[in-house]
Amino acid sequence: MYIIVVGGGRVGYYLTKALLDEGHEVLVVEKSAIVCESFTDLLGSICFRGDGCEAATLAEVGTARADMLIAVTGDDEDNLVACQVAKHKFNVPRTIARLRNPQRENLFKKLGVDVTVSSTNIILEHIEEEVPTHPLTHLLEIRDKGLEIVEVKIPPDSTTVGKPVKELSLPPGSILSLIIRKERKPIVPTANTIIQAEDQIIAVTKPESEETLRITLRGA
Amino acid sequence: MKIVIMGCGRVGAQLAGLLDAEGHAVTVLDIDSYSFRRLPPEFNGTALIGSGADEETLKKAGIEEADIFVALTQGDNRNVMAAQIAKHIFNVPRVVCRIYDPLRQELYNTLGLEAISPTTVFVRILKEKLES
Repeated sequence: MYIIVVGGGRVGYYLTKALLDEGHEVLVVEKSAIVCESFTDLLGSICFRGDGCEAATLAEVGTARADMLIAVTGDDEDNLVACQVAKHKFNVPRTIARLRNPQRENLFKKLGVDVTVSSTNIILEHIEEEVPTHPLTHLLEIRDKGLEIVEVKIPPDSTTVGKPVKELSLPPGSILSLIIRKERKPIVPTANTIIQAEDQIIAVTKPESEETLRITLRGA
Repeated sequence: MKIVIMGCGRVGAQLAGLLDAEGHAVTVLDIDSYSFRRLPPEFNGTALIGSGADEETLKKAGIEEADIFVALTQGDNRNVMAAQIAKHIFNVPRVVCRIYDPLRQELYNTLGLEAISPTTVFVRILKEKLES
């Protein structure tokens, strides 16, 4: 694949390295001459000096034949414009933008950016996972389907301990996929599976049903 | 009419002053309070510190009831993003933004954004002057 990376910061560098290792044709567009030079020293001549938001620059690097453009500068505005120019002027099939402000996810999607990656959200999710008392942890978001995979831990004093799954009224669209027991044994829950203390339940749910799911599984 | 202007530079401040004098309800946004010194002393509108690329700030500026939004910061991309937020998230009836880069301005015009490139406009005026 021919992939254009806009922004040669730390994210841009490691991304480019990984994409090159996978055998893709990669070109980095970067404003700073010094950064471009260090790219050339480390990875070969794959860095083009220029503004990745400018149609003229993108035309020069052959964006029209690119399969993907990934904008990873530190500026949300710049990433948005680079993706929009690529999408609407050069018909790049897939555009990916790095986002600082997670509130802008919907805006970017609405404006034609195919995928957004919010570093803030990713950091938050990872910290959540490490906080042992957190009742519900986000494990994975299933993009474009409006679903997510979450983990709920059952504390010993939970009112649902000892109840079979069929007695729980799960919110619509939510499915219990897996229960991991104390002895690290994973089981696929059935209607008759009894909830036990310290169970880790992996469930598929909708973001808006999260709260209901947590209460259903752990008791109010 | 209710008008929100983002960016209180020379253009933003002068436009705000004129529209305010005509009796419109004007709110000017800028990330630097020092910029508000450019507003005329008789300015009766609202000057608000904050970024127009931030939805919360826009709400505070009354974007939900605004008839017009104008993006006039120094950054083309900032203007583009704020204008698209105003147009697509808050459905402001009229959105105008400044884009210095003529190529970018053309692209966003075709995408339905009312964008003006001062570069193109000024070059045209200069050329006309030189030819007359």
